[in-house]
Amino acid sequence: MAAPSDILVVAEAADGALASHNYEVLGLARRLADGGGGAVAAVLFGEDANGLAPDLIAHGADSVHVADGGAFATYQAEAWLPDLAAIAKETSPVAILMGHTAMGADLSPRLAFRLETAVATGCVEAEISGGRLLLTRPCYGGNGREVTSFRTTPAIATVKVKSQEPATPDGGRRGDVVAVASVLDPGDIRVRIVGREAGTTGSTDLEQARVIVAGGRGLKSRDGFALAHELAEVLGGAVGASRLPCDFGWCPPSYQIGLSGRIVSPDLYLALGISGAPQHIAGCASARAIVSVNTDRAATIFGHSRFGVIGDCQEVVPALIAEIRKIKG
Amino acid sequence: MRVIVCVKQIPDPEIASSLFKVDEAARKVIPVPGLPMVISPFDEQAVEAALRIKDKADADAVTITILTLGPESALTILKGALSMGADEGVHLCDAALEGADSYATAVALTHAIRKIGDHDLILTGRQAADWDAGVVGCGIAELLDIPAVTLAKDVQVDGPVVRVERVAGDGVEVVKAPLPAVVTVAHELGQPRKASLRETMRTAQKPVAVWSAADLGLAAGQVGEAGSRRTRERLYAPVSDIFCEFIEGETPQQQAAALAHRLHEDGLV
Repeated sequence: MAAPSDILVVAEAADGALASHNYEVLGLARRLADGGGGAVAAVLFGEDANGLAPDLIAHGADSVHVADGGAFATYQAEAWLPDLAAIAKETSPVAILMGHTAMGADLSPRLAFRLETAVATGCVEAEISGGRLLLTRPCYGGNGREVTSFRTTPAIATVKVKSQEPATPDGGRRGDVVAVASVLDPGDIRVRIVGREAGTTGSTDLEQARVIVAGGRGLKSRDGFALAHELAEVLGGAVGASRLPCDFGWCPPSYQIGLSGRIVSPDLYLALGISGAPQHIAGCASARAIVSVNTDRAATIFGHSRFGVIGDCQEVVPALIAEIRKIKG
Repeated sequence: MRVIVCVKQIPDPEIASSLFKVDEAARKVIPVPGLPMVISPFDEQAVEAALRIKDKADADAVTITILTLGPESALTILKGALSMGADEGVHLCDAALEGADSYATAVALTHAIRKIGDHDLILTGRQAADWDAGVVGCGIAELLDIPAVTLAKDVQVDGPVVRVERVAGDGVEVVKAPLPAVVTVAHELGQPRKASLRETMRTAQKPVAVWSAADLGLAAGQVGEAGSRRTRERLYAPVSDIFCEFIEGETPQQQAAALAHRLHEDGLV
């Protein structure tokens, strides 16, 4: 019999390892489950994925369903959904959680409709209050927050990356590893991946980056924009941009951070010559710390920044690159 | 071939944060007086994707149907899409349909798509820029039991197959799916075209059907707030508690040194 706080976590492996957000989702799942005496089960898809199950258990899973096979080597919604839906029906959790990653955003709505229930995407808070699961998510480009409850079970939620404290690993934890007897009929896979061009955008995965250096109008030219690349290289970070450098061709359109671009949440976001239009702020406001360099003291971006430098990027950034090189030795 | 594009009317997402106000009791966003409602930007790019398909084919071979669910004012964005070059519109306009969550919205749109009849491709934005959920597109595909491809930057129809270049992490994934299919469009598709004078002149002659929940064969309990599977318990505007520490210095070098020091001190570098 399922407890009223049983949680199912959809884990996500990449290149034979668990991405760090899995531990955050497990941390949240554990807190929710413990509040009501429930258990945390995880589902892991992959090829030769069994080896990752102990890591999920160490981070809080009581059991791990492993769907192992060539069909699961790369994420594909249609390959994962039949088994995932079957496990959800069999375990009847109160909630199904996964990271709000490219996979989670693509998978969760389909799973919700297949289970005839609802989904809340990009959640930043979750609690069980009076027996009801309440999820909080940003909306209106981060200007608003909504708290939602569910009329159907399971509640499905994607959890914003870095919004939760990760679970502390405990190598002594014990849990069951269950091999999934797959119900997938390969004939049901209608979407075929026919090609993949990695890194053609020239930008690293902005959503996963811990440090992002973003350039704006204040970098003045394609040559000026090179400063963003140089600073990012010194910091080991990724490069992003506000809309104008993308429109002017100083960088590819895929660099654009904002409501009509990427939504990012790095630990450190360096905004170089970015004034802080609302649509840009919507894309970076959830960074742990924004640091801005701008000539205009009244620039909106400073209102969102932990540190601000009033100055010309052409002068400040080369000096900053030199100073950070010194620190990094 | 028919391409159906699902579009949504929303408050202008580019307004300054300071203008964003909510009515906490009603759990609704308060419209800013004098500011127009607009088509959600990703949905406008979905219209553009449909028009690019039509540009490549014989114009008569592709019919683009714009589908929207919203109050009377949503007719504006429907007409806007027609003046970009779409052929016809369907407006789901009924008080019973209001207040729907993503689930009830997808149910209503799916019934409308069935009522429209033959369709090959259904396009929509990757998410609406008001609630930022990104759920309805995949929901329609599940309800119709057809494939869905998300985050398209390029959409090509080749006979009975749609070929999509989709944004995947740091790269591009090329996928093919049999039609009919749902494709959601990302901003990487590029700028939508402006309304053309020729198409604007023709807009008055383009048919726009207005349907109620009853026209879709849906009972009041299946749509709108009543048909929703989530309840909005609270809506608020979070207060920012960020205080900016300005880094002082006589020269850019001094500022840079002081900033690097503070970043190092706070463990950010």
